[in-house]
Amino acid sequence: MDIERTLFEIGALDQMALQDTPLHRLDPRTKLITAMGFILTVVSFGRYELAALLPLTLYPVALAAMGDLPAGYLLRKLLIASPFALFVGMFNPLLDRTPLLFIGSVAVSGGWISFLSILTRFCLTVSAALILVGSTGFSPVCMALGRLGMPRIFAAQLLFLYRYIFVLTEEGLRMVRARNLRSFGNKGTGVRIYGHMLGQLLLRTMDRAQRIHQAMLCRGFDGEVRLVRHCRFTSTDVAFIAGWFVYFGLARAFNLPQILGGVVTRIMA
Amino acid sequence: MSHHIVEVRDLRYAYPDGTEALSGVSFRIHHGESVALVGANGAGKSTLLLHLNGCLVPSAGEVRIGDFPLTRSTLPEVRRTVGMVFQDPDDQLFMPTVHDDVAFGPLNLGLPEEDVEARVQAALATVGGEGLAKRPPYKLSGGEKRSVAIATVLAMSPSILVLDEPTSNLDPRSRRQFINLLRAFEHTKIIASHDLDMVLDLCERTIILQRGKVRADGPTRDIFADDRLLEECHLERPLSMQAR
Repeated sequence: MDIERTLFEIGALDQMALQDTPLHRLDPRTKLITAMGFILTVVSFGRYELAALLPLTLYPVALAAMGDLPAGYLLRKLLIASPFALFVGMFNPLLDRTPLLFIGSVAVSGGWISFLSILTRFCLTVSAALILVGSTGFSPVCMALGRLGMPRIFAAQLLFLYRYIFVLTEEGLRMVRARNLRSFGNKGTGVRIYGHMLGQLLLRTMDRAQRIHQAMLCRGFDGEVRLVRHCRFTSTDVAFIAGWFVYFGLARAFNLPQILGGVVTRIMA
Repeated sequence: MSHHIVEVRDLRYAYPDGTEALSGVSFRIHHGESVALVGANGAGKSTLLLHLNGCLVPSAGEVRIGDFPLTRSTLPEVRRTVGMVFQDPDDQLFMPTVHDDVAFGPLNLGLPEEDVEARVQAALATVGGEGLAKRPPYKLSGGEKRSVAIATVLAMSPSILVLDEPTSNLDPRSRRQFINLLRAFEHTKIIASHDLDMVLDLCERTIILQRGKVRADGPTRDIFADDRLLEECHLERPLSMQAR
């Protein structure tokens, strides 16, 4: 059941990409460049910087609003992927115990700060990627990558990966079902059987790959996957990229929350 | 001018593991003929079809499409002439959307974009799939996939259509629509199938393959009336020819 559900959710992201909002109407390359700029900015921050990252949350929030993407869905996806980040940062609080910050009389160690920083960065980058696909669609993203100079073979590979992930999972699912129907109790569910099934799946995949290749050759495939898409940069695209890059630059160069805090305390004083 | 003739002369083919799939097949199919290729499982039908546009290279013998023998240099021309529809539409539909898939062949032929667009529209209209253009192939039903698979081939305007099990896994109504669609295609058709009723509907001529050889070749009605022959080739009369 889980696999089926996951599959459906991947499809859901593509479904979102069919909407027609100001964000969806932008050129795929625009969104790709901005998202890459955003991710680079986020990962360029030092390990103990946490407050300085906060202004960058504006980007995913603004884009999700602009593209009418459901926040609940994006948060759920973040949660599913979060164990990776948790494991990466899990030991920081244990290893790095130098107190960096005092909240009242409680000392917060550098480890906790860097742990939180990792989590924040994870949430920011993954949500940016989800929004990119959810507002553009998977194949236009691949195409944009190709147009921006990614080797054609990788672009084609990504396209095929996405096309056949559904076929492959369904095939796997059928095999699992067939096994479950003939295994009783714990018998027939061991690791060895899994090995056989994976091998079987690999063989079937290779057969299919060969048939697909034949089908491509039959229609004149010569090494290049051609797509008809008319996309061009408009002034909106340029403004979108420029605006966000200026904002990323500001957020990177100045610690905005600190400045804001300073201004507020000065006014209060 | 007879460039829609398909001729196979003493074709032999052995798979890399040594199994001989075709052992001397010969026939000649004229322009506009509609020919069924029937036979037991493993008789060599699919293998034979894969030779007709050079997906497989024979161990011996030759395939001639029109006046040319099929060789490396004539391959592009032959593939444009012979449109091949594979059995599993998932193998045939590999692009992100239906539109991209139908445009794949014409774009590879190097046609200008307006022509490609016109061909895509025409091909989709022929199979009744105008509304499917933007859908990703994995979201189509079995019948829709099959129609689109045909459209991908029609968009290249082939003069010979080769189909492998075109009606398998279709519900009766989709099957009927599909048969009507094929009937409308006036050029040469070569159809491998176990659906003998469809064969009876569409093909005036039938070739029976048995263990890699042509066992019988003649008018469909005569062949399907020969019970002994059918029995020997693991076949039986189509339901519509059976007395109840």
